[in-house]
Amino acid sequence: MAVEAAERPPSTPSRGALGHGTGRVRPAGGLELWSWLFMRISGIVLLFLAVGHVLIMHVFDGGVSRVNFGFVALRWQSPFWRTWDWALLVLALLHGISGLRVIVQDYVKWPSARFAVNMLFYVVGFSLFTLGTVIVFTFDPSRWPGAS
Amino acid sequence: MVAKRKTDLGTLYKGSPGQWSWIAHRITGVAIILFLFAHVVDTAVVGWGPTAYDRVVAVYHNWGVRLLELGLVAAVLYHAINGVKIMLFDFWPGTTRYMKQLSIGSTGLFLLAMVPITWIMGRDILNLSLGWNL
Repeated sequence: MAVEAAERPPSTPSRGALGHGTGRVRPAGGLELWSWLFMRISGIVLLFLAVGHVLIMHVFDGGVSRVNFGFVALRWQSPFWRTWDWALLVLALLHGISGLRVIVQDYVKWPSARFAVNMLFYVVGFSLFTLGTVIVFTFDPSRWPGAS
Repeated sequence: MVAKRKTDLGTLYKGSPGQWSWIAHRITGVAIILFLFAHVVDTAVVGWGPTAYDRVVAVYHNWGVRLLELGLVAAVLYHAINGVKIMLFDFWPGTTRYMKQLSIGSTGLFLLAMVPITWIMGRDILNLSLGWNL
């Protein structure tokens, strides 16, 4: 099973292509390789989506102090920001939960516990993906006239 | 048995120049995903109308929470910059020869970026907590 494949061969160094502190050793193939590649590709996209989001919403122009219902209603009038926020939701959840899976591999050794912890994160992740997607695409401020 | 050596299976990773950035990358990553879990829920409250959303978002206007928010921004920025460093080493292994310089450079870039950000966000925090008018 995947649990077996996750164990590192004892003869290779724990970390990095040269045994230095780089990322994980590039896996040979299968799910682990795709997950390794996904972390890097989503990381590049999140570099713009997440850092941009944090600077816009939390640092510049008054940061979070200007955020209220009216602000969100105005911002989500634009399909650009709805798409940005939805892409950020999906990629951040996938990237974060893939990262948690790697950490669980390192610290949770007992197979049933590892399965349970991973399942918990997958269920939380899928629920939040569903909740976020529904809200981003169905939010309609005209249901509360005069609020914004 | 050789296969059971602790360092190979790695619960406590030690002994390489990258160990501190490796630990920091983990800690910031976990902090960000845990915050994201809460943040998706608080943003989703916008679908329940202005009364509900403005009450929830008022939590973020508290100065103590703003202090945590500064930590969140720092975590995202560190994770992003260190992530670029990791990809550099992974996709161009030759760059590991300059690991020390690149580590100093990326940490320096992070600290440099945090100077204006700490000023901008810290000003708001001081104004809110101490009633100043910076």
